[in-house]
Amino acid sequence: MMSEKKLNLIILIFLFLVPLFSILLNNIYITTLFSKIVILSIAGIGLNLILGYGGMVSFGHAAFFGLGGYVTGILAFHFNNYEPIRILFFEFEGTNQLLFIWVFTLILSSILALFIGYFSLRTTGVYFIMITLAFAQMLYYFSISWPTYGGEDGLSLSLRNQIPFLNTMDPITFFYICYVWLIVTIIFVKFILNSPLGISLKASKENVDRVRSVGINPKKVKLISFIISGAITGLAGSLYADLNRFVSPTILSWQMSGEIMILVILGGMFRLYGPILGAFSYIILEQFLGGITENWQFWLGFIILLEVLYAKAGIMSFLIKDKYNEKTSS
Amino acid sequence: MEFQLLIEQLLNGLQFGTMLFLMSAGLTLVFGVMGLINLAHGSFYMIGAFGAALFAEITGSFFIGLISSFIVAMFAGVITEILVIRKLYKKDHLDQVLATFALILIFSEGIRWLFGAYPLYLNIPSQLNDSISLPLEIIYSKYRLLIIAIGVLIAFFLYILTSKTLLGIRIKAGQNDREMISVLGVNIKTLYTIVFALGAALAGLSGALIGAIQSVEVGMGEPVLILAFVVIIIGGIGSIKGAFVGALLVGVTDTLGRFLLPELFKLFFDNADANLIGSSIASMSIYILMAIVLIFRPSGLFGERSA
Repeated sequence: MMSEKKLNLIILIFLFLVPLFSILLNNIYITTLFSKIVILSIAGIGLNLILGYGGMVSFGHAAFFGLGGYVTGILAFHFNNYEPIRILFFEFEGTNQLLFIWVFTLILSSILALFIGYFSLRTTGVYFIMITLAFAQMLYYFSISWPTYGGEDGLSLSLRNQIPFLNTMDPITFFYICYVWLIVTIIFVKFILNSPLGISLKASKENVDRVRSVGINPKKVKLISFIISGAITGLAGSLYADLNRFVSPTILSWQMSGEIMILVILGGMFRLYGPILGAFSYIILEQFLGGITENWQFWLGFIILLEVLYAKAGIMSFLIKDKYNEKTSS
Repeated sequence: MEFQLLIEQLLNGLQFGTMLFLMSAGLTLVFGVMGLINLAHGSFYMIGAFGAALFAEITGSFFIGLISSFIVAMFAGVITEILVIRKLYKKDHLDQVLATFALILIFSEGIRWLFGAYPLYLNIPSQLNDSISLPLEIIYSKYRLLIIAIGVLIAFFLYILTSKTLLGIRIKAGQNDREMISVLGVNIKTLYTIVFALGAALAGLSGALIGAIQSVEVGMGEPVLILAFVVIIIGGIGSIKGAFVGALLVGVTDTLGRFLLPELFKLFFDNADANLIGSSIASMSIYILMAIVLIFRPSGLFGERSA
C-alpha cells in the first residue's frame, strides 16, 4: 500500500527505463510492445477525461483514434506518391513531417469531436452510448467502402513519418516520442482537471441542476471536454498508425472503442494514471495468455468478468488505499 | 423490369427487417424490463446458429435444427442469466457493457474451441430452396418469404404476450416499478430469467434462420448485434412495437439504400463515381437514420422516457 502520488511516480520511472531493460535483455520487441502500451494509455487518458471525470460513456472513441490513424496514413500516402490531395476545389500536398501531421490530426479530430459531441450531447444515458457508437460505425463503414485508401485491406506506410534530427524508425527513439506525448497529455489533462473547466465538468457529473444554478452552462462544459478528449485520442491514433506503419478499418471498429473503454475501467476510473496501468495489464495479459494458450480471449474475458463483478474500482485500487476505494459506484 | 427489381429489393428489406426484429425483441425487453445493456445478445444469435447446424447435421432435418436453435439458445440464456447477468442488474451501464463484452469473448472463444475455426454450413431443405411466383410477375425466394412469415408471426405472438397475458402484464409492471411488483408477490427473479431466456431464444432462432442463408461462424453475431441496437434506439427502448417499426425501417433503409443511392447519384456524377459515392453513403445510411431520429426524438420513436 502506498500513496497515489508515489505509485504514479513509479509508473513513470518504470516506463522511462523500459528501453534500458529492453537492451539489457537484448529484446527490442519489449520496447515496441511498450510503445503500444504508452499509445493506448494516451487514448485511455483522453477517454477517461469524459468517462471517469465527466460521466459521459462514449462507446465511439474509435472514431477519433481511427481518424488520427487515417489522417496520418493518408498524408503519408500522398507524400509518397506525389499526388496532391484534392478536396472539392482545394489542393494540397501530402507530408511525412510528424510535426505537421500531429497539428493536422489535433485540428481534424477536434472538429470531428465538435460535430459528434454537438449532436450526441443532446441525449443522455444509454442513448448517448449508442449515438456515439453510431457515429463511429458510420466512419467504420465509410472506410471499408471507400476504395482509394485501401478499403477493407487498409493502408501501409513504407516508412514511419519523420521529425527533423530524429530517426523515428529506431524503436527506442519512437518509444521516447510516445513517452513525451504521454507526459504532455498527463500534464495537460491535470491542468484541465484543476481548471474551472475541469471542476465544472466534475460538478456536472454529480449534479447538473446545481451547476446550472450557479450560472455555468453544463452542456458547453461537456462539449469542450468532449472535444479535448477526442483530440487526445486522435493523437494517440496518429502515433498508433506510425507505430504499426499500417492503418485499417479495424482501428475504427466498435471493438476498438470497447478496448479503449476496457483498459480505462481495468486500470481504474477517477484516477489520472489509471488508464496507464489498464493498458499495461491489458496488453501484458494479452501477450501472456496468447503465449500459453490459443484460446487466450476466453481467459481474458473471464478475467475481465471477474474484475467487473468483484473488483469494481480497478487495478490501481489494489495498490493504493485512499478515499476513492470506498466510492465503488460511479 | 425495374419495378419487379424494386419490389424484390423491398421484400429483401422486409426479410432483413423481420430478422432484425427477432434479434431486437429480446434486446429491447431485457433493456426495458431489467435496464440491462446486453452486448452478449449477439452471442445467442451465434449459439442458436451453431445449435441448429449441429442438430440438423445429427438428425438430418432442417426443422429440427430450427427448433433446437430456439431451445439451445434458451438454455444458454437461462444459464448465463443465473450465473452472471443476475449480478449486473444493480450495476451501472458501464459495468454492464464491460461484463457483457467479456461474455462475448468467452462465448466466441468457447464456440471456436468446440467447433473449430472453420464456418459450418446449414443447408436449406430442397422444398424451400427455390423461388415462388407472386402476383405482378414477381419471382421471389420461398425461404426468404418463410423468414418474413415467421418474423411477422412472432411479432404478433409477442404483441399478444405483452399486452394480453399475465406474464406480459407482469413484464410491463416490472418495467414501471420493480419494487412494487415484487412486493405484490411476483417472483421477480424468475420473471427476469424468463424474459432473458425468451430474448436469447428468439436471437438464437434468427441466427439459425440467417445462418442458412449465410454461413455459421464465430463472430457472426456482433454485426447483427450493433444493428439490433440501432433498431431499439430508433424504436425507443423497451417497446416491442418500436422494435418492430424500427427493424423494418432499418431493414428497408439499408437494402433500398444500397439499391437506390447509386442510381440516384448517377443523375449527378458519371457511373463509376456514382457507384462509389452511392455505395459508401448507403453503407452508412442506417447510422445516419439513427442519428437523425435521435437528434429530433432523443428517446426514440416510441420511447416514453429517456433512460
